[in-house]
Amino acid sequence: MRIFLAAAAVLTLALLPVAAPWLQFVLTLAIAKGFAALGVAVLLRAGLISIGHAMFFAASAYGVAFLAGGGVNDLGLLLVLSVLVAALTGVIAGAFLVRYRAIFFAMLNLAVSMVFYALCAKLYGVTGGTDGMPVPIPAVFGVVFAEPMFKSMLFYLSLALMVLVGLAVQRYLDSPLGHALSAVHTNEIRLEYLGIPVWAVLLIAYVISAALAGLGGAISALAIGRVVPDFAFWTASGHLVLIAVLGGIGGVPGAFIGALFLELLHSAAVTVTDAWNLIVGMALIIVIMFMPQGIYGLFARKEASSP
Amino acid sequence: MRRPILEAKNLCVAFNGVKAADGASIAIHDGEFLAIIGPNGSGKTTLLNICTGYIRPVSGSVLLDGTDITRLSPRAIARRGVARAFQIPQLFSAQRVIDNMMLALAATDGLWSAVRPLETAKRREEAMALLELVGLDGDAERISSTLPEGHRKLLDIAVALALKPRLLLLDEPTSGVSALERFPLMEALMSALHQRRITALFVEHDMDVVARYASRVLVWNAGNIMAEGPPDEVFGNAQVRERVVGVA
Repeated sequence: MRIFLAAAAVLTLALLPVAAPWLQFVLTLAIAKGFAALGVAVLLRAGLISIGHAMFFAASAYGVAFLAGGGVNDLGLLLVLSVLVAALTGVIAGAFLVRYRAIFFAMLNLAVSMVFYALCAKLYGVTGGTDGMPVPIPAVFGVVFAEPMFKSMLFYLSLALMVLVGLAVQRYLDSPLGHALSAVHTNEIRLEYLGIPVWAVLLIAYVISAALAGLGGAISALAIGRVVPDFAFWTASGHLVLIAVLGGIGGVPGAFIGALFLELLHSAAVTVTDAWNLIVGMALIIVIMFMPQGIYGLFARKEASSP
Repeated sequence: MRRPILEAKNLCVAFNGVKAADGASIAIHDGEFLAIIGPNGSGKTTLLNICTGYIRPVSGSVLLDGTDITRLSPRAIARRGVARAFQIPQLFSAQRVIDNMMLALAATDGLWSAVRPLETAKRREEAMALLELVGLDGDAERISSTLPEGHRKLLDIAVALALKPRLLLLDEPTSGVSALERFPLMEALMSALHQRRITALFVEHDMDVVARYASRVLVWNAGNIMAEGPPDEVFGNAQVRERVVGVA
């Protein structure tokens, strides 16, 4: 049942841009944010809220811009290298941050990300300041496609990655490492007495979450064609937490469901009123009040109660 | 004489001036089932905390197979084959009983197994065997926070056994366990310890349990050893009967 539902959802997503081409960009961005929100959701399993994950999103996006500017002109290579940039940033930040818990972890992530934001905005000679940096269209297997074709390919690649990376993350969460991550939330003492190093469990999770945010950032940079410091701004980090909570952290699909819901709601709301924030805000209140497990929690509960 | 697995020498530790260990030394030998009894607040749990690296003594040392482990972390000591069950069960309360067990079993496996699925047929079978041993096989799929306190205690012991330890430290294994379940639990525990050749040290308040199962008893009082020896001899000591057992 679960596989059937997931396959139907992916197929619907694949067909939506055929029916409404304008949705392609919205959906690409939604999937990109879904990757980043999944990174946040991974840490939420350990009870750690990061209000700074936009830093990894931006680090990877700037990575794409710098690499493309430096002559790397292959989509696959750009994606891999930029995700590595985010993961490496995650190793450096995580080595320091995983020692902290609760509000200290959240605030330190926020602080570090704002330092990164400031560097992106102020180092005009390097990053282009608030003007940002352009991201040219890269080649795909040596072939340079026209922009509409490239954007379509990017969307379908994002969709495929959503499935593959989603399965890989699920596999990680089902492993002893993933279970140990959830166990950090409930009993660090017992984990230590099992001989499991809590810092290593958290650092691995942190790097994975940074890499996921990085994948989202790289896709966004390629979809938008420009990177700006606002990618790393604290409101962007808050947005990722919101998506993760909205979608639900009970399973991998939650982050993508939350991102798709929020992006589509936003797109619909702006067509109705300038005060689109009001509609989005009210929808969020309803979801948070009546769906404590997030939107995905509804599906999971239904499946659990079905014979 | 059998060699000691664990030796604690000249331990000193105090909390706000109250001495939990005052230069005492203990040794536990291979195959023993050493009971530590004593009044509340005499420092018994502190002794376990020192031996497992949770508290560092002001002075003195702890040796495991002759190697100094005084400054090692609980994690490092656990990896050397010392497991612990707690007075207040330390469980992963949001996870299923079987997951608590399988994670403990996975902790002793190699690095490669850390990225493979937690649930394997072999691991589940092993976990179920241990749960059956403590009588929790019927609760395997329950979320551990929903278990009654006595069952949580049993799960805590089963988790410690899952580490396949050489030395098991038990802090009041029968507290919170109903009177009816107390002796069956101890029988199962003793059988597991003998089968797996596990040496054990246990802190206990139930003197019937101590008298029946301990191979040696150590009376801990105000951070020092008041008496030590076989159960009959220790319980025959008038001072112990008056101050600890509560019978003059």
